Amino acid sequence: MSAPQETEGLRLTDEEKARRARRNKAIGFGVAGLCLLFYVITVFKMGPAILSRPM
Amino acid sequence: MASGQPAGGILLVKNRAICVSDLGADLRRETLISNADPLDFLSLLKPRVMSLVVFTALVGMVLAPGAIHPVIGLIAVFAIAVGAGASGALNMWYDADIDAVMGRTAKRPIPSGRVQPGEALSFGMILSVLSVMVLGLATNWVAGGLLAFTIFFYVVIYTMGLKRRTAQNIVIGGAAGALPPVVGWAAVTGGVAIEPMILFSIIFLWTPPHFWALAIVRKDDYARAGVPMLPNVASDRNTRLQILLYSLLLIPFGVAPFFMGFGGWLYGATALVGGVMMVWWSVGILRADDEDRLKKACWSLFGGSILYLFAVFAALLLEWAGGFAWALLREGLA
Repeated sequence: MSAPQETEGLRLTDEEKARRARRNKAIGFGVAGLCLLFYVITVFKMGPAILSRPM
Repeated sequence: MASGQPAGGILLVKNRAICVSDLGADLRRETLISNADPLDFLSLLKPRVMSLVVFTALVGMVLAPGAIHPVIGLIAVFAIAVGAGASGALNMWYDADIDAVMGRTAKRPIPSGRVQPGEALSFGMILSVLSVMVLGLATNWVAGGLLAFTIFFYVVIYTMGLKRRTAQNIVIGGAAGALPPVVGWAAVTGGVAIEPMILFSIIFLWTPPHFWALAIVRKDDYARAGVPMLPNVASDRNTRLQILLYSLLLIPFGVAPFFMGFGGWLYGATALVGGVMMVWWSVGILRADDEDRLKKACWSLFGGSILYLFAVFAALLLEWAGGFAWALLREGLA
């Protein structure tokens, strides 16, 4: 398989790359926040019962 | 197939399908590469509208009988806020073409070219699903279902169905903005009762005078966009009379919580004075005999109506907070 030609496709400018990086970070924080949110909901909805399960 | 003119750096496409290979290099770049900053996505959520939703939903929650863990309560308010924001993003996606020709909305993220329509659509859909899921899992599925219905009503019934077709758009569509206290109440109780429906009615009746006051001032904008707001399709006198009618109806519904016992004296006085002020501002619009006076009267009602809604819900919240603090104090003394 040959390497893609440099002239093919659109190349991002530095500003566009920086914006993409900021969007990626925001998505990362969003996903992490969602995980934390579900963790907190689980803990507060179930309370101490979270530990009562068959071993 | 492109059907609109490039406006503010973005090609408006009526059916939202673009054959990219047919576009020139610049347009391909604008179509394929996102220019959005995270803050642009935040403004898609209509933060100012969101703040009102949060406030009214919170009041619905605190008035509801029963208890909810404060952390779960906070998560519920957050989910309702995100759901409201998601419907705002979907509204901006669908309305990008008319937003572009209206002065008030031309700088929004999609018409200004900062966010691609597809990005806004995905963003709104993902947040809609997540907010309903989080609210349903954190509280109950009645609340989750009501939030889903609110989003559906705002996006499909109001934005896609009513807004461009009838002058009653914001009257019927106002139901979506009026539902948050009902969702908040359901988050605590798992059901709906007369009290949150009264709060619903207050916001529902408040919506027409609030938006028609703005629509009178922005009449040319709406005409350019082809949105049949009441001032654009009815006579001046008819619009002004309807504004007055809704403001008059707001008085009995506004004071109803006092007579039904879930609003105290502070609330009763606030709702009564606020209701009379709404009528006063509406009469100002009815009596305005030149363009300057009319604009001034419209801005008075528009700003005053925001103050009215904030004041009546703040009074309910203050009374609840006072009662809560008093109960804690008595418990401490006993």
